[in-house]
Amino acid sequence: MMDAVYLLFILILSIFVGFELIQKVPATLHTPLMSGANAISGITVVGALALAGNESMSQYAAYLGALAVFLATINVVGGYLVTDRMLAMFKKKGK
Amino acid sequence: MDEINANSELIINFAYVIAAVMFIFGLKLLGSPASARKGNLLSAIAMLIAIVVTLFDKNIISFQWIAVAILAGSVVGFFAARLVVMTAMPELVSLLNGIGGLASLFVALATVQNSHDLSGFVLLVTFLALLIGAVTFSGSVIAWAKLSERISGRALTFSGQSVFNIVLVLTIAYGGYLFVAQPVSSVDFVIVIYVVMALSLLLGIMLVLPIGGADMPVVISLLNSYSGLAACAAGFALQNNLLIVAGSLVGASGIILTNIMCKAMNRSLTNVLFSGFKPVNNTSIVLEGEIKPLAADDAYYVLEAAQSVLVIPGYGMAVAQAQHAMKELQQLLEDNGAEVAYAIHPVAGRMPGHMNVLLAEADVSYEQLFEMDEINKRIEHFDVAMVIGANDVVNPAAREMKGSPIYGMPVINADLAKNVFVLKRGMASGFAGIDNPLFFKQNCNMIFGDAKDTLNSMIRQFAD
Repeated sequence: MMDAVYLLFILILSIFVGFELIQKVPATLHTPLMSGANAISGITVVGALALAGNESMSQYAAYLGALAVFLATINVVGGYLVTDRMLAMFKKKGK
Repeated sequence: MDEINANSELIINFAYVIAAVMFIFGLKLLGSPASARKGNLLSAIAMLIAIVVTLFDKNIISFQWIAVAILAGSVVGFFAARLVVMTAMPELVSLLNGIGGLASLFVALATVQNSHDLSGFVLLVTFLALLIGAVTFSGSVIAWAKLSERISGRALTFSGQSVFNIVLVLTIAYGGYLFVAQPVSSVDFVIVIYVVMALSLLLGIMLVLPIGGADMPVVISLLNSYSGLAACAAGFALQNNLLIVAGSLVGASGIILTNIMCKAMNRSLTNVLFSGFKPVNNTSIVLEGEIKPLAADDAYYVLEAAQSVLVIPGYGMAVAQAQHAMKELQQLLEDNGAEVAYAIHPVAGRMPGHMNVLLAEADVSYEQLFEMDEINKRIEHFDVAMVIGANDVVNPAAREMKGSPIYGMPVINADLAKNVFVLKRGMASGFAGIDNPLFFKQNCNMIFGDAKDTLNSMIRQFAD
């Protein structure tokens, strides 16, 4: 049960950090912020990797894990690339 | 052997701490357009570190499926990011929201498939990951279908909808009880898993169907938040700190954006989610005055004499792909000695920041884009306000008509500029379905037609 409390601690603190950080993002960058958030939510890949490569698990669970790795990788690669593509377009005058 | 395992686990978790710090700094750098690209790169490196280090996990033995999955995912992601046109960003973000939710859903499924004696806590968070992941996935697919007009973008409602939804939620809650408590003599656990999943998918559909049109920015932001929360719940199930940190950053981001969007429409989140726009029944308001249409060629003479021009874009600009023509006209106006500024309403377009990205694509400097509050302070000094494909966000009824459904919504006060040109296809009302008194004002002229054609004919006039 202590584990749960400890994880909850991390959750609460990161939500507060998130609120502080995101509030400072200007409105002009809200679309790249969202696609960047898509990329970060691809962090599920880290959890999925352990499931996909674990041979002690049932074959079915391993397939589900591999499928999750595939999907999360789309988010990571697609999210970061499209965010970069957008941010590269934001320019100051005369550049 | 045990010592090596303990060491590798220590190294992995230490690398996760570094990755978390880099995610946070990456978001911090997103605070300004000048440093944002660096921030995104930092965040991407953090992700790479996290993935590579995870591959050293002692539990990972077989790499062949992992290699296939990562390769295939990278190819799909690469092409999606390269090929998407900027006007379709809302659709892409919706799809990515949904894919993130689906990934968490599969992680949750794999977790319950895998072990048989999971603690109540793990079962609870796995249930949440399953629920949020499924809602995010099906909701995002519907949002995507609405945005790409594969299904009607309007709000879809039927009688008994709220009763149906309440029953659905209660059934899912009961499913959750069976899932977590697993009472003796209950139904087969496998059946519970799949019924809960199916009902959660249905719930996602039911949540997004009744929301339409101009409310889409709220829905996309909310689903963005859900995709983070789903990752978060998966993190709890796998007891993985990094998933919790990254997931909650995304969750917080989505919640803040949702809040900004709701405020910009002067509506509460529950109002957006459950009621849609009420039909207009207030007919006591009679609009006086007449509509004054103007040819684009005649508008040119006013623009030529103008010292300052304010452009107010809306979703119509995206539909007409008029941003490049607008940039060309901006150049001509500036060469002619006029100051050009853009005023962006928070809910203009179909997602937060939609207009900014389109204008950035057309090479408009971000220093010329102003937020509503900034521009409203000095809007009366502008010689011309050009409204391109926007309607509700410039409706003065929000300010002056107490009976109007949008009364109280913060709007750009275009009607206070010396002259107003409204570029519009026809006299159809905006999403809210209400008349816009701006069109009847003394200083307002309507320029009917496709916005891109109108701008192009102004450009031709300048060239002559």
